[in-house]
Amino acid sequence: MPDTLLFSMEVALNGLMAGVMYALVALGFVLIFKASGIFNYAQGVMALFAAMTLVGIQNGQVPFAHLINAIFGTKIHHFGWQVPALLAILLTVLVMAVFAWAVNRFVFSKLVNQEPIILFMATIGLAFFLEGVADLMWGSEIKTLDVGLPQGINTWIDETTLNAFGYGFFIDNLDIVATIIAALLVVGLVLFSQYTKQGRALRAVADDHQAALSVGISLNFIWVLVWSIAGFVALVAGIMWGAKSGVQFSLSLIALKALPVLMLGGFTSIPGAIVGGLIIGVGEKLFEFLIGQPYLGGATENWFAYVLALLFLVFRPQGLFGEKIIERV
Amino acid sequence: MIYREAGDFKTSYTADNQTFPIRFDRTGYWVILIAAAFLVPFVITDYWASALLVPFLIYAIAALGLNILTGYCGQVSLGTGGFMAVGAYSAYKLMTAFPWMDMFTITILSGFITAAVGAAFGLPSLRIKGFYLAVATLAAQFFLVWMFNKVSWFYNYSASGQISAPERSVFGIVVTGPNTQAWAQYTFCLIFVVALAWVARNLTRGTVGRKWMAIRDMDIAAEIIGVNPLRAKLSAFAISSFFIGVSGSLFFTVYLGAVEVGEAFGIQKSFLVLFMVIIGGLGSIFGSFAGAAFLVLLPVVLKLVGVDLFGWPTDIVAHLNLVIVGGLIVFFLIVEPHGLAQLWRLTKEKLRLWPFPH
Repeated sequence: MPDTLLFSMEVALNGLMAGVMYALVALGFVLIFKASGIFNYAQGVMALFAAMTLVGIQNGQVPFAHLINAIFGTKIHHFGWQVPALLAILLTVLVMAVFAWAVNRFVFSKLVNQEPIILFMATIGLAFFLEGVADLMWGSEIKTLDVGLPQGINTWIDETTLNAFGYGFFIDNLDIVATIIAALLVVGLVLFSQYTKQGRALRAVADDHQAALSVGISLNFIWVLVWSIAGFVALVAGIMWGAKSGVQFSLSLIALKALPVLMLGGFTSIPGAIVGGLIIGVGEKLFEFLIGQPYLGGATENWFAYVLALLFLVFRPQGLFGEKIIERV
Repeated sequence: MIYREAGDFKTSYTADNQTFPIRFDRTGYWVILIAAAFLVPFVITDYWASALLVPFLIYAIAALGLNILTGYCGQVSLGTGGFMAVGAYSAYKLMTAFPWMDMFTITILSGFITAAVGAAFGLPSLRIKGFYLAVATLAAQFFLVWMFNKVSWFYNYSASGQISAPERSVFGIVVTGPNTQAWAQYTFCLIFVVALAWVARNLTRGTVGRKWMAIRDMDIAAEIIGVNPLRAKLSAFAISSFFIGVSGSLFFTVYLGAVEVGEAFGIQKSFLVLFMVIIGGLGSIFGSFAGAAFLVLLPVVLKLVGVDLFGWPTDIVAHLNLVIVGGLIVFFLIVEPHGLAQLWRLTKEKLRLWPFPH
């Protein structure tokens, strides 16, 4: 086989893995958008916040230590204990649930019946707020996140492909784990929304708020539930990205990458988020490899996803799987 | 007693339609304008110019531009940073290619170049609406910043990839480069602010502005009553980009002097200007100024209080700044979705009845 084709295959495979990561963030968006019509820009910052909280709890950091030190002149920083990974994850889920409750109680319950664009801007404000809180709470330095996920090159794939094609593919173990976890997460979410009472209520709310209210579903509870689930998805995404490239501010920028994914897949479709993520992941890696690097000077990954989504939308404004947009006067 | 329209008789339609119908407002406006033009330049110091007044004036132009697009025409844009970069880089290319040109011409020309680019990126707005458009404008943001980073023609093949403004003057007064006096910087920006605010005010209350507002309120209905959506949307994109281009050009040439594109015109800048428009008030000229003043002032005040008064580390103050800005955005959207401008309007209503509200 010619070398370029082999390289392209490897790049495409890696792109698929990256696409899974985008899809994970996009999933959180879709969940909230379906249930409450809120386009949650803060999803990426939620991933950052979740990952920072996880690291902080694991290492026994004192929350707001810098702020307390600055105000009272003390010198505290750690409790001095290490929390096991599983317990830390559970605690973080709890924190995200409290956050979900607070967001609904103090922000969105007061913004009911506002225009979608106002809600969107509120989530941008929320993103800034949460980012500041996260930095104040746990410090802004880059942290390493370790919950015991395997990392490094997968030797089995490397050897098999070396024997088959005479060229070993480099696939990171972490990416494989991420793919498996993402798949499990999607299956879990589908099962939850199809077969549990809360899941059915959730779909009812997504379908029609007023009808759901009239049959006795508590909107407040469902919204808190959805935000908690989105918080959990954000935590999973945060763990994956954090383990890959360290917990740092750039983590919140993947939220921006998830936007074209959503536009491609349609805002209301869970399969759309997955397929859109994969298309963007493979597309931007292949474009960078085949056209960006040789002809355009590289770093095309910064904008390729947006331009692709833009061109796509001109022809199909509702995305691949989105519901058809019907406008009436 | 003083804040009344009573006794102020209008005898022509022009007088009836003026921007400030109450005499007190009119006088206040002229007093502020005269003070800004003839008093401030004589007392201004370097610190006041570089920390407050010049950034305020420049951001006010950007906020006016975005307000035309988002507040009046209803098209949310997250590409402001990218368009400011277009203004800055076209100013740089013009300055280096035509050294004899004066800064007025350069700034206005770079505004026109940005208007052309903005109109091109506005084309998809005919098919894409709402959030989808907001995300689509991100394509402009990231693509433009990448382009100015990668294509070395734009920064004249300099090794660092930065651009820095050479010394240029207007009527013999140096306004760019390291030897500029604070008052020259300030006055140069002030002229643009006053002129552009006047243009914006008169555009938005005329035919063009009414078409924009019709599109904003419901574009299909507007089309049915005879507004051409192509012309309305593209003119909004072009004019808004002209403003943003001028502000980007001033930001680089007059204010910063040297610029690295990703740092100065990144996505954060787009959000900053959007926040100015939200906090100030969507669809209000006064709001653009109020929002710009507020967000320029806030970090300075926080730094004064936090770092200088309490002696906190700068990074904590920077994070607090984020928390406060984010919290304020949410607060304003909940309590007063029309921003500071609406608060001002309410105050004026109260003032007209004061001191006998019943």
